[in-house]
Order: sequence, then C-alpha cells, then structure tokens
Amino acid sequence: MISGAEIMVKCLQQEGVTTLFGYPGAVICPFFDYLYKTDIKAVLVRQEQNAAHSASGYARAKSTVGVCVATSGPGALNMITGIATAYMDSIPLVCITGQVRSDVLGRDVFQEADITGACESFVKHSYLVKDTAQLPRIFKEAFHIASTGRPGPVLIDVPVDVQTAEIEEFVYPEKVNIIGYKPSVHGHPMQIKRALEMISQSKRPVICAGGGVLTSGAKPKLREFVSKTGIPVVSTMMGIGVMPSDDPLYVGMLGSHGKKEANITVHNADLVILCGARVGDRAVASPDQVVEHANVIHIDIDPAEIGKNMKTSIPIVGDMKNVLTKLLADVDYTAPAEWLEQINNWKSEYAAVPQVFEGYVEPKSFIAKLSGMMHPKAIMCADVGQNQIWCANNCRLRDGRFFTSGGMGTMGYSVPAAVGAKLARPSRDVVAVCGDGSFQMSLNELATIATEGLNVKIIVMRNTVLGMVHELQDVHYGSRYAITELSTVPDFVKLAESYGIDAAMADSNEQAERLAKEMLKSDKPFVLVCNVHPKTSSR
Amino acid sequence: MKYTLSVLVENHAGVLSKVSSLFARRAFNIDSLAVGITEDPNISRMTIVADGDEYVVEQLEKQLNKVIPVIKVRTYREGEYISRELSLIKVNCPAKQRLDIMKISELMGAKIVDVSVSTITLQFADTQERFETLCDLLRPYGIREIVRTGTVAIEKESRK
Repeated sequence: MISGAEIMVKCLQQEGVTTLFGYPGAVICPFFDYLYKTDIKAVLVRQEQNAAHSASGYARAKSTVGVCVATSGPGALNMITGIATAYMDSIPLVCITGQVRSDVLGRDVFQEADITGACESFVKHSYLVKDTAQLPRIFKEAFHIASTGRPGPVLIDVPVDVQTAEIEEFVYPEKVNIIGYKPSVHGHPMQIKRALEMISQSKRPVICAGGGVLTSGAKPKLREFVSKTGIPVVSTMMGIGVMPSDDPLYVGMLGSHGKKEANITVHNADLVILCGARVGDRAVASPDQVVEHANVIHIDIDPAEIGKNMKTSIPIVGDMKNVLTKLLADVDYTAPAEWLEQINNWKSEYAAVPQVFEGYVEPKSFIAKLSGMMHPKAIMCADVGQNQIWCANNCRLRDGRFFTSGGMGTMGYSVPAAVGAKLARPSRDVVAVCGDGSFQMSLNELATIATEGLNVKIIVMRNTVLGMVHELQDVHYGSRYAITELSTVPDFVKLAESYGIDAAMADSNEQAERLAKEMLKSDKPFVLVCNVHPKTSSR
Repeated sequence: MKYTLSVLVENHAGVLSKVSSLFARRAFNIDSLAVGITEDPNISRMTIVADGDEYVVEQLEKQLNKVIPVIKVRTYREGEYISRELSLIKVNCPAKQRLDIMKISELMGAKIVDVSVSTITLQFADTQERFETLCDLLRPYGIREIVRTGTVAIEKESRK
C-alpha cells in the first residue's frame, strides 16, 4: 500500500525535481513528512509568495519546471501573487497546495479557501484532487502542461485526506493524453515561405524579440539569424539578453520606458518581425500606428497572442527555435546599409547623459559598470520600480540573463527570484537589484539566504521614495507626493548584519564600484546599499 | 453581430467555471450559454451565443482553445446550423381569454403545459426570432414570467 503523500513525492522524483520552495501547514504535513525522507531539497521561504517567485527564478535559470508548495487557506492565498506573476511572464511552475479534508470542503472550516477558484483566471490549468488514485495522472499532466506550448503555472490542490489515503501501488504514466491540448510547435511551411518573401522585399526590417525567444532556447538561433541577415533587433523587457547589449545590431529595449532609438526604429520600419513577443501595452503603446506603415510577421507559440494586440500580415504559430531554424535554412537577405546607418544615427543622437547628484550614486552608470564586472553568464534579477528601468536600459549582458516581473510588475520579485536562480545555477554570479521600496517587500528572504548560505548579491537603490510613482506624481499630479515618501527607511546595513550577512553603503559611484568589485569576488552573500538622489529619473 | 459557438469540452467538474471565468476576465459579452452531455458521456457541448465583431469572435475562439479541457471550438456561420431555444412563458389568462391564447399557441407551435384560474403556461422550442414573435403576440395579455434555456445549435448536414 502507498499513501497519496508518498505518491506526490514519487511523482516529483519521476519528474526529476531536486529542489522545491515551500512553507508548511497542517494540511500539507503528510506531503512534507514524506518529502523529509527523500533527498529532494525543500527550501523554507519566509512567506509563500516568495516560494512562487523563487520557483520562478529557479525555473528560468534552469529551463525546467519550478515547484512551490504551500498549505491551505492563507498559505495558498499568499502564493496567489506569485502564481499570477509567473502566469503573466509564461514561467513554468507546478504549485502544490494542501487543502482541508474533502468531506468538509465548502463548510468554511479553519484555513479553508477555494484556491482553484481564486486562481482560475491566471493559471494555465488547475486541479482539485478528489481521489488518491488520480494523483499520478494529474502530476504527469501538470508537469506536461506547465512546460509545453506556452509555459505557465499549473495548480494542484490536494485535500489532506487524499494525501493520507492509500492505494495498492504507484504507477507513473509514461504518456499524457489530453485530448484538447496539442500545441502546434512546427510552424506552417507555407507561412514560413511567405515570411521569407516578405523579408526579402523589406527595406527597413526590424526584429522585436520577446521572452519567447529565451523560453524556447532560441537565443543562439536568433543571434545566428541576425548575423546572417543584418536585421536590427529591439527587445521587450522580457526579451532582454537575446542579443549581447553591445552588439551593433541591438538597438535596445522598446516601449514607454525603453530607449527612444528603439521606438523610433520600430515606428520607421516597413517590416516588424515579432518573435515570441506579445506586444504588451508597455512595449508598444500604439500598435495601430506601427501597422500603418509596416507589415507584421508574428511568430508565437500561442495563437491567441497573434492578432490580439497588433494586426498581423503573416501569422506563424510555432516554437521559436523550430521556426527560426526553418527561416535560417532558406533566408537569403541582407538588410540595407542605409537603414542600419540611420539607426546608428538615432543611437548616437539619443544617447542619454545621466544627471549626477553630488554625494549620491548615479544608478544608470553604476548598473552598466556593475553588469560589466559580472561573469559573462551572470544572472541579474531586477525588481520593479525605477530600479527595473535603470537595469533594463543599462545592464550590459553578454550571455547572461535578466529576470524581472515584466508583465505583472510585482514588487519584491528580485530577491526571492535570485534565491531560486542561485540554487539552480550555483556557479554563476546572481545579483538582485531592487529599490528601498521593493526590498522591503521581500527582505524577509535574507533569512532564507543566510540559512541556505547562498552567495546572492543584493543591490538596494536607496532613494527614500517610491521612485516610480514619485516621478509620476511630478509629471501628472503637481508633485503632490501622496504616500510615496518612505519616511522611515531602516539601516539596511545593520539589518543585513543582523542576519549575519555582510553589507555596506555607498554614496558615490567610485565607492559603489569598488564595493561591487569586492562583493563579486567574495563567495558570501552581500547587501550593497546605494544612496540615490530621489530626483533621479527613470530614463 | 451575433455569433454562435459550439464548444466541445471534457465532462469534468469545474470546466464550466474555467470557461465562464474566461468570459469575465477577457470582457466578452455573451448572450447565452447552454451546456449538456453529448452522445459521448465523457464529453459535453457548450453552445455560446456571443455579441461582437470579427475580432471579438476570433479572440473568443482562440482563448477558448487555450482552456485545457476544451476539445474543439466551432463558430457557425449564417445558414450552416439549426438553432433552437426552449422557453417557458407564463401569461395572464382569465377564463374568457383562454381561447385567444390557445389560438396563438396553436398558430406558433407552442404547447400548453399548465393552466390555472388566472394564468396559462406555454412551452416553446424554436428560434430566437420566433420566440420574439410569440412574445409580441402574448404581451397584450400580460406576460408574468419567462424562463429561457439559451440557444443550442447543431450543424446542418450537406444535402449533396
């Protein structure tokens, strides 16, 4: 005989799960009790939302499915923001929640919440398990659904009695058979042919690369395609890292917070090739204006994204890597030199000169310096707020990664994501950059970092205000700073030290760079607090 | 413009809430939704009548396809399908008006399913347009209550 809890753990082993992030509670105890006997590492986070964020960082760094586990009621509810964050950025997660006994479901017992109902609109799929014998099928399906097609979070809610009930034997299904779920991954040959024709006729083409390129592992293919054709690339926030930051053909991040030269390039193009990008409002504010003068080839694994926000001339449904491989095989095109020259002129014309405030760190040039010092395959986790924009526009990535909450814009993402990333990739530099606002949303994870002895570096841009909104209030609300001043900012250095983590404060770029250099050399976690002037702009 | 979508789904608990939460989240306006088991007990069919333009119906179709237990989505074009809706209509009907309402009922092909001293209840299974006509005819007598199932539709067979 074998219990539901044991089956759940065995399913995770079958899926190759070695690390998960969780927080315990009464009705998930049978699961954790069995897990305790295995060599799967269970990382205790300090709040359930961070379990999902850490699983997200882990999933992104390792190109695998991240797993997070919480108890019923408040545990599951706390996890919601993390699940929705993963959903918006198409991150594969399997989220397991304990649930009250199935015979009292619906009676509002202690710590009962309808978590599958609450998460309905931001999970890729969810299960409320009623029968122990169904667990193997459900786990198999959950991992398959989370990781294939357009990835996303899948929720499995398991009542405690389903965990304790026993069945005869454990058989893990070899295959899944979900009749209504067969993602198209190949890309239709006719559409690919039409796309090649359209490319060959274009005079001012641009590739707009999104997170889908990275998710599908198509980065090398994209780089090959770009070097073969000379087509310039702009990226969305989720697509940062698809091209080396200093590549002459990389124009930068587009969008309302992106680079002017990237937006101008898109608005002057006669062909926009959208690669794994969903044309979010922050990336392209007025898609109708773009299609007035440009054809659009939209390549995406999710057919629902094609035509959702931007009219498309040629839709190609498929996995980015497959489609790019096929395009590469037959493409015979070189982008006109005049077009590239024009873009280079825009680049130099709009090169930003950051404003320096005496006695403070200038964050944009510091981010450029810091990321330059990092290992070529380093992972930068940016939080949400001005710090995100500073990082997105100034980090210098070669073959590194950029993790942030792009779609949902969830403050507090960077530190737990960095925890996950470091556990997935222990040999790489992992640096979280946050503001003093966002850091205070997840600084409880310093305890996780200390406990696990994780070599995670944290940069806190301390400007004593909620900078993004503060700036918005300057522009639109007559500088009335309604609840955006963080009047009491703790001494982050002392705070970090109280967790046994080394920390230091910098008041100038010179000092910050010196500390960053030392920090990156050490094999211990470090918190570097940079004093930033509250009037420093995002762009 | 009205569109009729026929959606095959796995017959599991919770599928309806997955589909209906989609309408709410994506701000789709639907006129009616009818669900019932098909010839295969593992599969249910949802018939959805939605209001919108080409863009809306395309999005609706694509988003429905993303729901994992959704097996197949078909949008019926004009003339491709037969649709019916079942309605129960309770009308004011003192004894002296019974004959009038019986005539209307006969004329329209409705069935009388209940009679009381002051009311009469009709069962009517037909298209939405015919339902409107029947209501127009009954309104002068005073309609007390209407219950409708929402439209169900089936594809027409080719006559070739």
